[in-house]
Amino acid sequence: MKALNIIYNGLVKQNPTFVLILGMCPTLGTTSSALTGLSMGLATLFVLICSNVAISALKNFVPDKVRIPAFIIIIASFVTVLQMVMQAWLPALYGALGIFIPLIVVNCILLGRAESFASKNGVIASACDGIGIGLGFTCALTVIGALREFLGTGCIFGAHIYPESYGSLLFVLAPGAFIVLGFLIAIFNRLTNKA
Amino acid sequence: MKSTLGNMILSLGCISAAVGAILAGVNLLTAGPIEESARAASVEAVASVLPPFDNDPQAQAINIDGCEIYPASLNGQAAGAAVKVSTMDGFSGLITLMVGFDTSGCITGYSILEQAETPGLGAKAQEWFRDSTGHRSIIGSTAPLKVAKDGGEIDGITAATITSRAVLNAVNHAREAFNQYNSQS
Amino acid sequence: MIEYIAIIITAIFVNNIVFAQFLGICPFIGVSKNLDSAIGMGAAVTFVMAVATCVTWILQYFVLVPLGLAYIQTILFILVIAVLVQMLEIIIRKISPSLYAALGVFLPLITTNCAVLGVAIIVTQKDFSLLQSIVYAVSTAIGFTMALTIFAGIRTQLALYDIPRPMRGVPAALLVAGLLAMAFMGFSGIKIG
Repeated sequence: MKALNIIYNGLVKQNPTFVLILGMCPTLGTTSSALTGLSMGLATLFVLICSNVAISALKNFVPDKVRIPAFIIIIASFVTVLQMVMQAWLPALYGALGIFIPLIVVNCILLGRAESFASKNGVIASACDGIGIGLGFTCALTVIGALREFLGTGCIFGAHIYPESYGSLLFVLAPGAFIVLGFLIAIFNRLTNKA
Repeated sequence: MKSTLGNMILSLGCISAAVGAILAGVNLLTAGPIEESARAASVEAVASVLPPFDNDPQAQAINIDGCEIYPASLNGQAAGAAVKVSTMDGFSGLITLMVGFDTSGCITGYSILEQAETPGLGAKAQEWFRDSTGHRSIIGSTAPLKVAKDGGEIDGITAATITSRAVLNAVNHAREAFNQYNSQS
Repeated sequence: MIEYIAIIITAIFVNNIVFAQFLGICPFIGVSKNLDSAIGMGAAVTFVMAVATCVTWILQYFVLVPLGLAYIQTILFILVIAVLVQMLEIIIRKISPSLYAALGVFLPLITTNCAVLGVAIIVTQKDFSLLQSIVYAVSTAIGFTMALTIFAGIRTQLALYDIPRPMRGVPAALLVAGLLAMAFMGFSGIKIG
């Protein structure tokens, strides 16, 4: 029950994209289609779970003063593992996400969760937190990607819904990323009655 | 945990050593597949623009005038070559493509390997110049190409003249390199 | 020469780090509430980006590549940037307290600014020479500062208007950024040389 609570918390109440407004760079940069958004979300989810587990397991062995450098080394090494694995077996996807894969290292979500959750809680709770926050991020990226793809090209996950020529290319381009995200955050604010 | 110089160095040292070992292991595991997948992509690009061949064009690759040339042969007979060419003249800079020529200099196919043109427009280039509608196709042509807007014979991609011009110029560059290669051998 | 002008124009306008490449968005949204802090942040980023790119370039081509360790690029670069930011903070505090007063608060934020790590990685992907890399880093940072300043100017005005409640703050800022990105799209397709 507690585990489910932690996951729900990450998915909705503390959704990293719509509520905490963290990790904006990949959110805007990799959501030109639903598929790239989903893949970026899953890549971040993987690193987040691994780093949360590793950090919560090691938290009693790391002195306070070198806490942050130790966290950065752990996160960066999982990112490097992900980079090598994707390059080897998913080269096309690696090419599509490009620089945003190594940049997972500086995604504020990871260091934020390490500092505020994993360094204070047990391994299982930290894993759940990683799953919740990671899924929240993945869902947000997929929704943004799907919306931009739908408005821009008339497809969702490459499946045609309406003819491409009616789409507005603007939404696939850079400005569309900002505009779609802006409206989605506003809608999320309205629905959760935060404002 | 309280921090002392000793335990700070020890803990960071241990973490770095463990991380180093893990990464070296993963690198050992993935180095092969990474090289393999890069090679497979290149082999596939060459095969997609040329008629059937039975040699290994990658092994005989040569560089002429900034282009990579991959010579093909069938049963020992020369069967043309694939030429990899890059241009910086695209709407968003770099476009890399592979163009296939038969021995007489006829274009047998092409494939866009890399481009960052406007999404939705740039991607059209992959199909456009092999489409038999109107005067789009460049397949089978033997002379330097120009878009209709510049007084040439090829219809450019609608709303993407700069991309079309860059692609055709790159194809012309590839042809020059191929002709040089052809006259040498 | 023309090649360097091309790098500068492209990095500042055509491929603006914020509006076209989506890097450095967090400080862009976070620190752009007033003009002074926008300029301070911009100056701090310019400084760190130039130094970091220079150091990581040298490490990449004189240590990682010869040793065949290119795969630990990400991990080494982020550590170098973190150490560098700390060192710069100490050095600036010692030699120029006035500069420290202006930039000090922004320095710790820069380690997690993805634009710094992003530029360090991009220059190795583009095979730039050392001089090209530094020119690219400085002009990218100028582009970042420009984006931040324009945006801060608009946001101070925006604060005076009555915006629907759910749209206040970040959503409105993102819409403004979208319109600015549209304006910057006008630069694409420019040919230099």
